Amino acid sequence: MAMSPRKRAQVSRGVQYGIMLLIVVVLLVVADWELILSQFLDTEILLDLMPEIFTTALKNTLLYTAAAFTFGLIVGLLLALMRLSSVGPYRWLATGVIEFFRGVPALVVFIAFQFGLPIAFGVVMPGGILGTVTVALGLVGAAYMAETIRAGIQAVPKGQMEAARSLGMSHSRAMISIVVPQAFRIVLPPLTNELILLTKDSSLVYLLGLSAASAELTKFGRDALNETVNMTPLIGVAFCYLLITVPLSIAVRRMEARAEKAR
Amino acid sequence: MTEPEMRRDAPAIDVNELHKYFGDNEVLKGIDFHVNNGEVVCVVGPSGSGKSTLLRCVNLLEQPTSGTIFVEGVEITDPDINVDKVRSKIGMVFQQFNLFPHLSVMRNLTIAQQRVKKRGKEESVDIARRNLAKVGLAEKEDAFPAHLSGGQMQRVAIARALSMEPDMMLFDEPTSALDPELVGDVLGVMKELAHEGMTMMVVTHEMGFAREVGDKLVFMDGGVILEEGDPAAVLADPQHERTRSFLSKVL
Repeated sequence: MAMSPRKRAQVSRGVQYGIMLLIVVVLLVVADWELILSQFLDTEILLDLMPEIFTTALKNTLLYTAAAFTFGLIVGLLLALMRLSSVGPYRWLATGVIEFFRGVPALVVFIAFQFGLPIAFGVVMPGGILGTVTVALGLVGAAYMAETIRAGIQAVPKGQMEAARSLGMSHSRAMISIVVPQAFRIVLPPLTNELILLTKDSSLVYLLGLSAASAELTKFGRDALNETVNMTPLIGVAFCYLLITVPLSIAVRRMEARAEKAR
Repeated sequence: MTEPEMRRDAPAIDVNELHKYFGDNEVLKGIDFHVNNGEVVCVVGPSGSGKSTLLRCVNLLEQPTSGTIFVEGVEITDPDINVDKVRSKIGMVFQQFNLFPHLSVMRNLTIAQQRVKKRGKEESVDIARRNLAKVGLAEKEDAFPAHLSGGQMQRVAIARALSMEPDMMLFDEPTSALDPELVGDVLGVMKELAHEGMTMMVVTHEMGFAREVGDKLVFMDGGVILEEGDPAAVLADPQHERTRSFLSKVL
């Protein structure tokens, strides 16, 4: 029996939908809903997490991430400019720093700053936990952001630099006033993605030994998990992460759509 | 770094024995080229003749390989010269306009005035408004470049260069990227500038403009100047075979 290609595609799609529906129905029937609700969505435990999950944990995650991102953005811009410099040693130094912090796990960087620094140099990072997170997580972010920003600077048409120079601006003045602002528009979506990654990486701060007051979402969730022997706190924590990252994802998609339209 | 002492009584542009290589490719093969103060010199020639490179050498957007260039008596090919200072005296207009797309029209005109000439906000805005009015775009000061037509963008670019109050203007094929019906507006602004006595070097394919406004026409081909002289005379009676064949194609 011969079928036209369109007919065949329709039948194939129908079969796929059927299988998916079947899987969902089986899961719904097989699952022990009472157990799942009590283990993952215990309202009593959920209410018990309030308001600390927002006022302490979410707040600290936001604080650590924002501090690290700001520091990383500044260092990343500096590294990007050094990478593009005509001075050889600047380029080599920047390349070394970028490759190092991109190649080493963030976890190892945290350990190095918390425990390595005092052993090697006899100094402790100033600013306590916030200071260490800012620098350690910031440097990891900076290494990624530097490459993104460098690509953005190179994507700005050469004529922009030429026009600025022809008006008498120095090279660095033209960079600061004309090229870098345009580069940041280009790299806003990938930088926002980097912010999402940093939000999640901020959970590594547990290594530094957090008190209840300095706990962020993941540490807070794990402590509550140990206390309650129930998965509900983790669900709450996951929800809080999504509260941060989903709006950022939507913002990225909006920006990309707008850039597509402007082209 | 030496501070250039520019003199209006010296020739505006004085190029001697200029050679320029891109890799192994010799683009300019010993150019001697002069523009006096108040003169309008048009440079024409087929693409790849080196005419744009010559113009870009005059404000050092291209670094000459050898030879000397004097601008108002200052040797800009001297490696110790403060190039930024010289460039702020030379207005440049590009084929692709090169307006700053992230800044409003007004900011396009004031940013270099404030950052380079250290003018105050009010003074720079006054000068910018005057120049926008001059190019017929007074009502566009709050617009962004993306919302302008090509002809309007190029006129804003001219106003931007004029706001630095340069001693001379360089035009690098200013109408080549424009729709035909928009060319006239830009040429009109350039004509007005010429009548005001602005020193101009214009790389162009607009022979009508060269004949009407130009004091001198220079024909380049293959990295050398083949012919130069009074525009009407060169256009009416070209001496060189290659000039003749080029003009027969564009006229």
